[in-house]
Amino acid sequence: MILANAIGPFRRATGLTPHRCALAASKALMTATLFLIQALNGLQFGLILFLIAAGLTLVFGVMDFINLAHGVQYMVGAYLVAAFSAWTGSFGWALLLALPTALAFGLLLEALIFRHLYDRDHLDQVLATFGVILFLNQGVKFVWGAAPLSVPVPEILSGSVQIADGLLYPVYRLAIIAAGLFVAGLLYVLVSHTRIGMLVRAGATNAEMVSALGVNIRRLFMIVFGFGAMLAGFAGAMVAPILSVQPGMGDNILILAFVVIVIGGIGSIRGAFLAALLIGLVDTVGRSFAPNLLRVFLDPSAASQTGRALAPMLIYIFMAAVLFFRPSGLFPVKR
Amino acid sequence: MAETLLDIRHLRKNYGALAVTDDVSLAVERGELHAIIGPNGAGKTTLIHQVSGMLGSNSGQILFNGEDITHWPMHERVRQGLARSFQITSILPGFSALENVALAVQARSGSSFRFFGNAAHERDLNEPAMECLNIVGLGPRAQVPAGLLSHGEKRQLELAIALATKPKLLLLDEPLAGTGHDDSQRVVETLRRLKGQTTIVLIEHDMDAVFTLADRVSVLVYGRVIATDTPERIRSNAEVRAAYLGEEEVV
Amino acid sequence: MTELAEKQSAPAALPFLRFELAPILIFAAFAAAPAFASASGAEGYVLSLLTRVMIFGLAAMSLDLILGYGALVSFGHAAFFGIGAYGVGILASHGIEDALIQVPVALAASALFALVTGAISLRTKGVYFIMITLAFGQMLFFLATSLAPYGGDDGMTLATRSLLGGSGILENDFAFYWATLICLLAAYALSRAIVASRFGRVLRGTRENATRMEAIGFQPFRYQLAAYVISGMMAGLAGCLLANQAEFISPAFMTWQRSGELIFMVVLGGLGSLHGAIIGAAAFLLLEEFLPEILHAGSFFLNDDIRWRLTENWQMVFGPLLILIVLFVRGGIMGLLRRGHHG
Repeated sequence: MILANAIGPFRRATGLTPHRCALAASKALMTATLFLIQALNGLQFGLILFLIAAGLTLVFGVMDFINLAHGVQYMVGAYLVAAFSAWTGSFGWALLLALPTALAFGLLLEALIFRHLYDRDHLDQVLATFGVILFLNQGVKFVWGAAPLSVPVPEILSGSVQIADGLLYPVYRLAIIAAGLFVAGLLYVLVSHTRIGMLVRAGATNAEMVSALGVNIRRLFMIVFGFGAMLAGFAGAMVAPILSVQPGMGDNILILAFVVIVIGGIGSIRGAFLAALLIGLVDTVGRSFAPNLLRVFLDPSAASQTGRALAPMLIYIFMAAVLFFRPSGLFPVKR
Repeated sequence: MAETLLDIRHLRKNYGALAVTDDVSLAVERGELHAIIGPNGAGKTTLIHQVSGMLGSNSGQILFNGEDITHWPMHERVRQGLARSFQITSILPGFSALENVALAVQARSGSSFRFFGNAAHERDLNEPAMECLNIVGLGPRAQVPAGLLSHGEKRQLELAIALATKPKLLLLDEPLAGTGHDDSQRVVETLRRLKGQTTIVLIEHDMDAVFTLADRVSVLVYGRVIATDTPERIRSNAEVRAAYLGEEEVV
Repeated sequence: MTELAEKQSAPAALPFLRFELAPILIFAAFAAAPAFASASGAEGYVLSLLTRVMIFGLAAMSLDLILGYGALVSFGHAAFFGIGAYGVGILASHGIEDALIQVPVALAASALFALVTGAISLRTKGVYFIMITLAFGQMLFFLATSLAPYGGDDGMTLATRSLLGGSGILENDFAFYWATLICLLAAYALSRAIVASRFGRVLRGTRENATRMEAIGFQPFRYQLAAYVISGMMAGLAGCLLANQAEFISPAFMTWQRSGELIFMVVLGGLGSLHGAIIGAAAFLLLEEFLPEILHAGSFFLNDDIRWRLTENWQMVFGPLLILIVLFVRGGIMGLLRRGHHG
């Protein structure tokens, strides 16, 4: 049906014979379907990125604290769900247990290490939190071994659903999208309509002013920190069933989260949300379409080679471009 | 009469609806010491920032030595002969006093893209620097790391650094701020010596210093210049007395 | 950034003559090492370990030039390692095997990359600078992983070491050791000169107070960019050497963890002294080399299983060590030596 509708304008535009047209159109439709799938994947990836970036950007914005160890919170979330679901046999229970554990773990790290770094310069923060990464990446190997763990997709959310003609999409990925959107909404309400949220926003704009108002800034830091850690843990827990849970899984996503918050503007939740979706889409769609797009300019083999080389670089080029024109990101918060 | 060195025309800086300087017009003549006074928050420091290039302006024009420098970056203005000191001491704490000044000499003498030769031993840099230190009376303290100087000495050092750029115009933002009686006497003495050699724009709260040193005084209130005149006439200006000198202090 | 400046300001102000003993000792030790290597019986092993130490020392020193003297926290310095290594590897795979061509090309590529990425990165400040240099490093890393003709993810083995003016002398481990030592010494001398020169003084001044530098007529950006390019080229040279030492190139040379390790080396040795970075690199690599054995020997009281796992996961010790150094050892190893001197 869609096919028939699509052919008319296509034929007019190209002037091809009906037969060739149908072939080209069915190819175009396949491309469109593929694009839709990739767009959904990109959205899902973007939302996961947002969950990680949200905590990172707040910690950054409010405390001026650069926390490389935020990625291991994500890894820890995934490992916790893996461990708890092996123990309880249920993903739901595992998630319920993992969240408070991730929170507690975040608070423990804050109390043990990060608290002593707030007054240090960025270099010290980078190094010490880099040390935390080294330790924890190796630590999970120590406890769970180096082999990747897998977490079964929960029974109710397994299987696929048809969302358009000839387009099946896994329910669990849709669930991730839904959960991501839900948390984003929740975060929006928290940040824009509660007292804590107001303090966080004020803190991101001008931390000195907030402490001058007599707010217990240490406690605010702790809350923001714990909350950020829990969000990252939640993201890790959600992706555990679709990715393999392994040491170092937080490292690359950490860099992407940094790209997100730098593009979005440090301290801006709104910026992080938009940038996360952008990055998710650019990365996912770029990887599958860069070779195709390049075919317009290059011969197929060169196109696919350049495309594959270019695709993973896309987001970094994108980031460089954004920072070139707006050195403080798209939504700068600090004045 | 004398020729105008710095000509500020209708200069304005606002943050949203709040105008910090508002339609400021001011002419500084070559060779004079022109003081700008005004209550706290009148926009004096903002004006200095605008003239020196640390802050952009929303509208208006700055002419210096006959050229429109309104949109020039800071370092170009310095090259052209505009030097400034800071209200809050701004020095290189890890460098010796001499090196602080020598760097300013270096800035105006040839390229700094020289990768060989020990700069600390360059006579062409150290001798003029030493001269400037002597002018402000810091000669004996040349080798002391600037961070270890007393507050008053740091103020003096700022002055020496500004002098070392061989300025046509010196913008001094409260050089007496936070200095004790002896230190401030010394700075006033230095300024008296400089007066006549260089054109100076002086922002200062110490009225004694202003009225003994200045050739002319401008009064800035709420971002506007309400009067520019000789010290005597400013003292007797009714509007100024009402707006500023007022009840607080009768000079 | 300003705290960093103040923390590091003291050594620049004081005459550092008193500590000139350290670099002399370092280079004397490197020069004497081959003799000991022959005597030790494990000649190949000792030489290759020390060559690696010098190569990483060179890279760490190049980073110290901008980090210690310019307060520019570059988190993508391993990228230059990669450019140098891939410069050698790619040219070699096309039959150009002479170092006299490979090295200049690799250095030019490093300079170009530094110029372009530096010009963009230096527009930003503080955290943004850290992040954007990190991102550029990642960009190059991913580029390397996708270079299928040159090994992609797995990297590529080099058939031989580079020729030197047509001669295969570098195949000899001793000759290669000396070549590396000469590179390190030359780079050290050059860096020393730069730091004390007019240029270096502007760089140090900018580290302490950029606003003040602008107010006396300098444009910090130009000097920082030039320093970034010089530093990138030195790290590129280290990359050329590393490719030859390992006779292998791989994207793993330029992971962001590697960039982090380079920063660690510089801070471990002590910021802003140049030879401190060499000491830091040596300490890091030797620790990495011998920690498993130390752990094994030190944990004799534990049961075999835990003991084995501990040795297997020796890197776990690195993390806490790093944290402790950051929290408690101000000024790194050089700082400790200096304090020892005073007190």
